[in-house]
Amino acid sequence: MNEELFISGRNLHNIDPHLEIWEFPIALYLFLGGLAAGILLFASIAVLLDKEEKLPATTIWAPIIAPIAILIGLVALVFDLSHKMYVWQLYLTIRIESPMSWGAWVLLIVTPLSFLWVFSDLRKIFPKLDWKIPVLYKLEAFIREHKKFLAMVLIPLCLILGIYTGILLSAFNARPLWNNAILGPLFLTSGLSTAAAAIILLAKTDFEKHLFSKIDVGLIIIEIGLIIHMVMGYYAGGEAQIDAIQILINGDYSTMFFVFLVGLGLLFPLLLEVLELWGLKLSVIIPAILVLIGGLVFRILMVDAGQLTRILY
Amino acid sequence: MRYVMVIDTKKCVGCSDCVVACQVENDVPLGYCRDWVTESVSGKFPKVEMELRSERCNHCENPPCVRTCPTGASHTVDGGIVVVTGNKCIGCGACIESCPYDARYQHPEEGYVDKCTFCFHRVEKGMKPACVSVCPTRCMYFGDSHDPNSDVSRLLAERKYKVLAPEAGTKPQVYYLI
Repeated sequence: MNEELFISGRNLHNIDPHLEIWEFPIALYLFLGGLAAGILLFASIAVLLDKEEKLPATTIWAPIIAPIAILIGLVALVFDLSHKMYVWQLYLTIRIESPMSWGAWVLLIVTPLSFLWVFSDLRKIFPKLDWKIPVLYKLEAFIREHKKFLAMVLIPLCLILGIYTGILLSAFNARPLWNNAILGPLFLTSGLSTAAAAIILLAKTDFEKHLFSKIDVGLIIIEIGLIIHMVMGYYAGGEAQIDAIQILINGDYSTMFFVFLVGLGLLFPLLLEVLELWGLKLSVIIPAILVLIGGLVFRILMVDAGQLTRILY
Repeated sequence: MRYVMVIDTKKCVGCSDCVVACQVENDVPLGYCRDWVTESVSGKFPKVEMELRSERCNHCENPPCVRTCPTGASHTVDGGIVVVTGNKCIGCGACIESCPYDARYQHPEEGYVDKCTFCFHRVEKGMKPACVSVCPTRCMYFGDSHDPNSDVSRLLAERKYKVLAPEAGTKPQVYYLI
């Protein structure tokens, strides 16, 4: 027997009996950040490959989601702060060791760039739109002319943003379920997969739909591989790691993990997408929506379950 | 200089005086605490052992809270004491997530993150932290571990001790004599 209790009494808000410091807003932000990063990454690659005409959903339509997603994510993020009025303190320093610090700086650059990207294409979506101010026309022409440069800047930034959503969690060794090196690449892959799903939903041509179905199939397979890799890593770990993974495999969150993430969020949409690519008459909308929901479920799962795990002493 | 706390678990009776002294000295919000007493019972009857520990921030040598703080609000001062600058803290909770000892909380009225400071305001004036100064069994010691003649150095040289969760790699600086 080994029993511990606080005999002086301790019931700290959101900390005892277990942490609930980060809740849904953080999970939502991680999801939206990954989605926006993925969309802008695909758009940038398409522009660099001169596929703007062929892939309008990727380069013009889906990017509209990016700044909106980032803005909602940022509102959620600030909403979750307990000392909100001091949020500007993030931008008085760069702390290399703190993923949250460089994440904040990357967002400061990516957010306006995502707006510029959408702004430059807005008249393609709404042809009757009139900017009224000549400077805006000049700016629009300037961005269109330098779109490839913008894309080149965005690619590394979006990769950092996508990975950062995972590294943000993996930087805490006090929460063993987060503290694994695979979470960064895993969240990046998941973010790219949700972005591919969003593009599938917006695509009008079969060519674009099928291209991103194929990409999504590849990404889902990589994601499943990384999840298996992550679980194996925990079983090969120490006491805290073995204890932590139980929460997903055989604990409070195993239904959410196996049914809603692995089953409905990964395997089922993978099957539907593969069948559709093989020529079966299926709607690609269903797997795309499932992938998007699965991405959000994954973030909620990791944020919530991770805070239940700790180093025992 | 390196400030450390040494607590003799063999002398502690779990009276919680340290907790109350801290709450009064540091104006800790009602219902909150910066230190607490843990009763740890292990073994199987009739061979049962009980250990009482007055716990708090461990003022780690390798503090994960300082590493993960995005604004630099969490930082170390003279003697390795880890403190939070309230008006630099945004209340993001990263330090709370990073602490294996759950020693931090968001101040319910102010919003910034708050924790044990080893009573830095007293230590600066040459006094002992409030918890140490009120302990009725004198089971708590505070001092400079780099000074070989200090109480804490002497005790750590003579007695068997442990720290909490050394596997976290934080190098905690609150030592428990066992």
